Amino acid sequence: MEYQAKELFAKHDVPVTLGTVVQEAGDAEAAAEALGGRVVVKAQVKVGGRGKAGGVKLAENPQEAVERAEAILGMDIQGHTVHRVLVAPTADIAEEYYFSFLVDRANRGFLCIASIEGGVEIEEVARTNPDAVAKVSIDPQTGVDDAKAAEIVAATRFPEEVVEEAEALVKRLWAVFVEEDASLVEVNPLVRLGDGRLEALDGKITLDENAEFRHDDHAGFEIKDQVDPLEQEAKEKGLNYVKLDGEVGIIGNGAGLVMSTLDVVAYAGEAHSGVKPANFLDIGGGASAEVMANGLHIILGDGQVRSVFVNVFGGITACDAVANGIVHALELLGEEANKPLVVRLDGNNVEEGRRILEEADHPLVSLADTMDGGADRAAELAASERS
Amino acid sequence: MAIFLTEKSRVVVQGMTGSEGQKHTRRMIDSGTAIVGGVNPKKAGQSVDFEGTAVPVFGGVKDAMDETDADVSVLFVPPAFTKAAVVEAVDAAISLVVVITEGVPVHDSAQLFAYAQSKGTTRVIGPNCPGLISPGKSNAGIIPANITDGGRVGLVSKSGTLTYQMMYELRDFGFSTAVGIGGDPIIGTTHIDCLRAFEEDPDTDAVVMIGEIGGDAEERAADYIKDHVSKPVVGYVAGFTAPEGKTMGHAGAIVSGSSGTAQAKKEALEAVGVKVGKTPSETAQLMREILQAG
Repeated sequence: MEYQAKELFAKHDVPVTLGTVVQEAGDAEAAAEALGGRVVVKAQVKVGGRGKAGGVKLAENPQEAVERAEAILGMDIQGHTVHRVLVAPTADIAEEYYFSFLVDRANRGFLCIASIEGGVEIEEVARTNPDAVAKVSIDPQTGVDDAKAAEIVAATRFPEEVVEEAEALVKRLWAVFVEEDASLVEVNPLVRLGDGRLEALDGKITLDENAEFRHDDHAGFEIKDQVDPLEQEAKEKGLNYVKLDGEVGIIGNGAGLVMSTLDVVAYAGEAHSGVKPANFLDIGGGASAEVMANGLHIILGDGQVRSVFVNVFGGITACDAVANGIVHALELLGEEANKPLVVRLDGNNVEEGRRILEEADHPLVSLADTMDGGADRAAELAASERS
Repeated sequence: MAIFLTEKSRVVVQGMTGSEGQKHTRRMIDSGTAIVGGVNPKKAGQSVDFEGTAVPVFGGVKDAMDETDADVSVLFVPPAFTKAAVVEAVDAAISLVVVITEGVPVHDSAQLFAYAQSKGTTRVIGPNCPGLISPGKSNAGIIPANITDGGRVGLVSKSGTLTYQMMYELRDFGFSTAVGIGGDPIIGTTHIDCLRAFEEDPDTDAVVMIGEIGGDAEERAADYIKDHVSKPVVGYVAGFTAPEGKTMGHAGAIVSGSSGTAQAKKEALEAVGVKVGKTPSETAQLMREILQAG
């Protein structure tokens, strides 16, 4: 979110005005007073377009700041509820620019995108006035040195009087990008103030979760009230879970196979009252009873779920281990397990896996021979449970 | 023949002495791979016994290559040490490095790939991939060797388990080589690299290409196929039901705004004549029809 991005900017000497984050509208009064009275109240959510949605408002005095905060807190911006507002001083803006560093998947390196037309969505500028958008590739080995910073500033065509300052700022933003292990650092707008100084007025940083092991402070940026409670619980248990809005719970191994399972269930659902997948859940290579029980527990915690499809291809994981995992998970869960389970196993030790499930003969469990067949059965069960 | 990995490949394992490294080294040996050494500076001079096969441990990749003529390295080292391990292998000028490790920071991947490119002697596959297998010849990574035998279909996939699933679906035809390129935003070997190699491989008749949401690698592959690939290609894309803005397991699997959708990838592939299946089994069926007609 904006205020978090600004904290990281400040850490690397990028000029920002931090302001004060408040969660209660009443606290906006003191915050505004401390900033001289006239302030901007800005919704803090992880999506863009806050201004358009009415989430950014000017307040002439501390009382008005409270009113603005009251109006913005609780607002829904593109599906994100506003739990925090930033009370920031007003800025005397002369010009607005756009600046970003990002991962360039196509060229397997990094890219700087910048424009002297900032303050609006860069995609919009790229569409209406592509010449105003500078794109400069960055070699990951050499990064942004003096020469690269000068190249970026020249390509962007920053006004003559800010060139020197812009070059220094570009290097500081590069430090944010590299030293914080970010996959995106975006400043929009980067502004030239009335007195000529540059300042990062608003920004967004996406941190690489894979790099958390070398950034102890990054875990603190995660805000739990913004996360779905089931997703939060799954994360704490080390499971890769994404909540969706359907009725068929999905458990599988491997990200690609699970994504594919969602698709196959959605197609099958077209023939069964339009039921849809309820979630993405990848149990990875381990299919122990505990992992399986944790997965089922999370999925059954979703009140919308009517049936569960377990789709495992035993590559390294043996199907007998998966089958035992399912049997023991159902024992562990006891009465909590109350929805039909369709299980499709293939691959390594599949006969033994199927035999274990057949022998256990659990009333909730049925076996499917193929992925398509299992998806169809699970969708059918969800549709009949729903009606 | 096959691509990247053949019966002549001599494989070392960086991180062989760790638990994952040992487990998969054993499986690679069992599937007929010529494993000629492991690398661990702390255990140089020792050897690890794999049910009667004693595999020597070397202090570095260069030492291992000097002693064994190794030309492939498979990496099982933890994410924090992956970049340094790849750099070491590149410095030794080994032909192929297969990075199995999941969770490598994207800045490290970008740097190690740029370094390998600048040296120009090493192909990197991965990170966060299952590796590759030329069934019956050699297996560098964690792909199960018992799914199917050698054959004349090539396979390139971002996903491990979908690779297994597709090999299983087409097990009666078999594969020349199956390459799991990994699902990270920055990977060393792309769909295009594999398509180029399969096009040149006399033992590959047709190619299955498996993609997923995120980035535009599939769209770029479609452009490449249009002008450079004469062999039949069948495609599959996972993630039609994935919501915008959510990472689906693989770090690179995310729909951002309107870009990176499965639908856009499917359309791009179909526009250049690639048949795209709605499900893995339908995709296998499309390939089956091509092979039976040919």
